[in-house]
This record gives sequence, structure tokens and C-alpha cells, in this order.
Amino acid sequence: MANKIPNRQMICDVLMRHAKTDKDLVVLCSDSRGSASLTKFAEAFPAQFVEAGIAEQDLVGMAAGLARCGKKAFAASPACFLTTRSYEQAKVDCAYSGTNVKLIGISGGISYGALGMSHHSAQDIAAMSAIPNMRVYLPSDRFQTACLVEALLQDTLPAYVRVGRNPVEDVYAEGAVPFTMDKATWLCHGSDIAILACGEMVRPALDAAEMLKHQGIGTTVLDVYGIKPLDTASVIQAAVGAKVVLTVEEHSPFGGLGAAVAQVVGANCPRKVVNLALPDAPVITGTSQEVFKHYGLDAAGIAKTAVQILH
Amino acid sequence: MNNTNLALLSWELRRDVVDIIMAGGGGHIGGDMSVLNTLLVLYKKHLNITPARVDDPDRDRFILSKGHSMEAYYAVLAACGFLDLADIKKRFSAFGSPYIGHPNNKLPGIEMNSGSLGHGLPVGVGMALAARMDGRPYRTYVVMGDGELAEGSVWEGAMAGANYALDNLCAVVDRNRLQISGPTEQVMKQDSQEARWAAFGWNVLSVDGNSLTALDEAFSAAAQYKGKPTVIIANTTKGYGSSVMENKAGWHHHLPTQEEYEQILADFAARKEAERHG
Repeated sequence: MANKIPNRQMICDVLMRHAKTDKDLVVLCSDSRGSASLTKFAEAFPAQFVEAGIAEQDLVGMAAGLARCGKKAFAASPACFLTTRSYEQAKVDCAYSGTNVKLIGISGGISYGALGMSHHSAQDIAAMSAIPNMRVYLPSDRFQTACLVEALLQDTLPAYVRVGRNPVEDVYAEGAVPFTMDKATWLCHGSDIAILACGEMVRPALDAAEMLKHQGIGTTVLDVYGIKPLDTASVIQAAVGAKVVLTVEEHSPFGGLGAAVAQVVGANCPRKVVNLALPDAPVITGTSQEVFKHYGLDAAGIAKTAVQILH
Repeated sequence: MNNTNLALLSWELRRDVVDIIMAGGGGHIGGDMSVLNTLLVLYKKHLNITPARVDDPDRDRFILSKGHSMEAYYAVLAACGFLDLADIKKRFSAFGSPYIGHPNNKLPGIEMNSGSLGHGLPVGVGMALAARMDGRPYRTYVVMGDGELAEGSVWEGAMAGANYALDNLCAVVDRNRLQISGPTEQVMKQDSQEARWAAFGWNVLSVDGNSLTALDEAFSAAAQYKGKPTVIIANTTKGYGSSVMENKAGWHHHLPTQEEYEQILADFAARKEAERHG
């Protein structure tokens, strides 16, 4: 792997850049500064850093209180805990009360691999998307992550962002990231199949498109980093331009990207929509790459499914 | 306003609370009555919030964490000019109304939405931290119910408030000793709350929470205390003010019958008269 920088580190870099001049920027962690790559932030800006201890409900509640008093609060904690233990705080204190809290779910999906289901967050898109006034983002690489955090710093609404633990291969080139907030990014165009992916599934989706090209299959790949609000115009456009739609996500088959896309496509431009996702079960033990391969969520698996549903 | 006039006002507001509940077809009447004097003393004597400064960065922050006591909060907010009592009575709980059964921060003067218990203290800790970060003098107040203290998140907030030595934070526990299923000590033991909060590192004041004077003195003492957050255990009576409902768990949420309504108002009037004559 060429890239050694995880997305979470990019979040820290962007926040540190802004914290120098923006004293209202506050970061909170729940004994998670190391795993969130925010130790440097805590050391450089101790007056703008709040430690909650292992208390995720308190983490999010405090973030909401700080935000209600004018702070731009970024609360970073493992996605598995942040989106379940403090779900009600996300719902009531952030979304319902309308506070400027950005919930950063680190080590999301199955990043924690062999640590087991307690540490996996394959339900976070479904859970967070179902909260009114909560936005949900899964950036695909480090450069898009930086763009997303820059954009989030410009608004005052709550949002949830999931990033993985490990470095992922770049999708974009540094300094040349096509990024418009809340607009999906078109990576390639083809008329046979449209692959819509989010988060760490975007890079393998793009690699799958290259494999399919060699088989004479034209593939559209859409980076749907924003699950909510969903860029419905791009989803419809991608579906209309293809024979079938394949969604790929590191998430439960319920309530994630696939469900959102199927809803939009079914209502607007009916096409066959197949959802590649994690199973509705504790996932098999392994590293992320091993698990992805096992469930057909790697490039070869995505290409194989694409061929199957086309024929 | 002196405490005698405040006492007279308290009885008028109790009547408003009951009228709001009658108009809306039900409400958390028992806890309204136990917490009303706490809200009244805070809003009339301690908080620097006025309708003209609801967005002032130096305003004191108030969170009704026991959000179900909303009818009492409506009465006090109306008495302080934030809301229109007649409009509340007309639309409480009605279709499309902003006057719902829990705090709605789309209404002027209400900082945070609540309703689910155990949220207020962590939020209040965040507000108090913000004041310290910004060097602002405002204080943050969080009012909780005693049944609410079974929520673990309360103790996460208590831990953080003490950890950060937030002496600009004051919590109140409306210790009426009743919750929806019965006495708190039967549902889930709490005694001694004083010892528990002290063990968490808080300055603890345990007072007669039905007494306006005792509450007034406690809030003044809390504001002077340095180095720790203060919790005021306000020992109150659920349903305070009328024998119809005092200390009756069944009145946690209730719509009085017409007969009960008349008796309650008669009790309030008699207590007010007694107050007037010392």
C-alpha cells in the first residue's frame, strides 16, 4: 500500500490548522485521543481540548453544551460506541436541540477486525440517518476527508462522520479533489452498470471498474460520501445511465447506502438494485482486508458480483 | 421581589400550572408542584436572563433536565415575560402547537430540548466549561428530578463537573421522593443523595425545597462557593400545595377531575391567604 496516512490523521491536521486562529474550535475525546490521532491536537491546544474519560454519553452531552455556548465542537470516539452508547445524546442534545456538534466516529465499520462485534459499527449509517436533523458522511480517502472537514467547519449543523482505522489507498490526487459539499463525486462513466459506494468501499469499487473494463463492461462509479443528505440527482442520473445498479458498503444490509439508493431508484427510475454489504451477523474474524475479501467486498468480489447481476 | 411577594406569586403560578394542565388534557402535575419554587427563585432572584437578552453571551444558562415538569416551567417563563400565558393555555399540547410537554428550544428563553432523563448535567458541564474557556462570568444551572438520578449519564456528568472543578455550575435535585411507580426508596434506593454527591466531589447543600427563603439562600451560597460545583438537594413535596395531590405517586401525571380541580384551587387560595397573613 502506497498511502500510510489514515483518514483520522487528516481530520486532526485540518482541525489543528483551524484551531490556531479559531479559538471556538473545541475537540472532545473519550479516552480516545490516541486512537483518534488527536494526541497532537490535545498537546498543541490544551485549552481547546476536553477529555471526557470513558463516558460517551457525557462526551456528546458536553459537546452539545459547549456548542450551545458558541463552540464548534468535534467529539471523536470509536464509531461503535459513539453511535450506540451515546445515540440518545446524538438524537436529543445534538440533532433535536440543533447544536453545532460534529460527531467523528473513528475506527468505523469493521476496522477493529478481530476485536469482535462489540467493536464493530455496521449499524451506524442506519442509526444516525434515522435521526432528523443529523447528516451522515463516510469519506473515501484522506484527501476527501480533509475537504469534508473543511466544509463542516463552515456550517453550524450537527453531523456524523465515519472514518476507518487503517490507511486506505487514495482515490483522489492531493490538491486535485473534485469536491462539492453534499454532491456525490463521479469517478468514471459507463453504460452497463452503476456502482455506488461509500467510505472505504470506493477504492475497491474503482478497481473493480478497471477489471470490468477489460471484460468489455462499461461501469459508472459514484463516490457517495454523503449518505444523508443523499445526492438524489446524481443517484438517479447514475441509475438512468446504466442497466443495473450495485451498491457497496461496509455496513449492515439494512438501512445503509443500499437501502437509501434503492429507495430513490425505485421511486424515480426503477432498475435492478443489488446491495453488497456485510452480513446480518457478527462478521468473521480477520483484518479488514481479509473480511472484505471473504464477503466479496474487495475489487475482485465487486467485479464478480457485477458480472453476475449483468448476466 | 421580596420572598413574601414571591410566595404569593408562587400560589398564583400553581393555579396557572393546573389551568395549563386542564387546558391540555393532562400533565406532570406532581413534579410541577415540587419544582415550582426552585424555578421561581431561580428566575426571579438569581438568573440574569430576561426576554431582552435571550441571546446575550453572558446570560446565565438554565436547563430543565427533568423536562416533564414543563407546565411549571411554562408558568414561570410566562410570569417572567418570555411567553404569553393565555397563548399557552389556548394551545398547550394542541395540534401543531409549539407548547409541547417538554422543553422546546424554539421558544424564547429555553436553551435546550430535554425530556429523556439524564441529559441535562453533561450538557450543563459543557456550558460551564465554555464559560471558563471564554472567561465569561455566567453561571449554569441544571434542575433534575430524584428519579432521574438512576440514569448513569447523570453520574458521568457529576464526575466531569467535579473533575473540572466547575464552581460556575449548580445542579439542583428536586428530591420529592416519589417517582411514577412509587417511593424512590422502593423503586431504586437513593439515600443518601447527600453522601453520593459529596463522594463525587461536589459541594452539597441540602435544604427545604418548598421554602423560597431556603432556596434563595442556597443559590446565593452556591454562587459564592469556590473550587467545586454545587448541588442543592431540594427536599420537596410532590404535589405541593394541595392535600388532593401531595405525596401521591398517582399524581405524577394526571388530569384532575372537576371536583379535584376545585378542591386544589381552594387549597391554593387558602394557603395563599395564610401566606398573606404570615
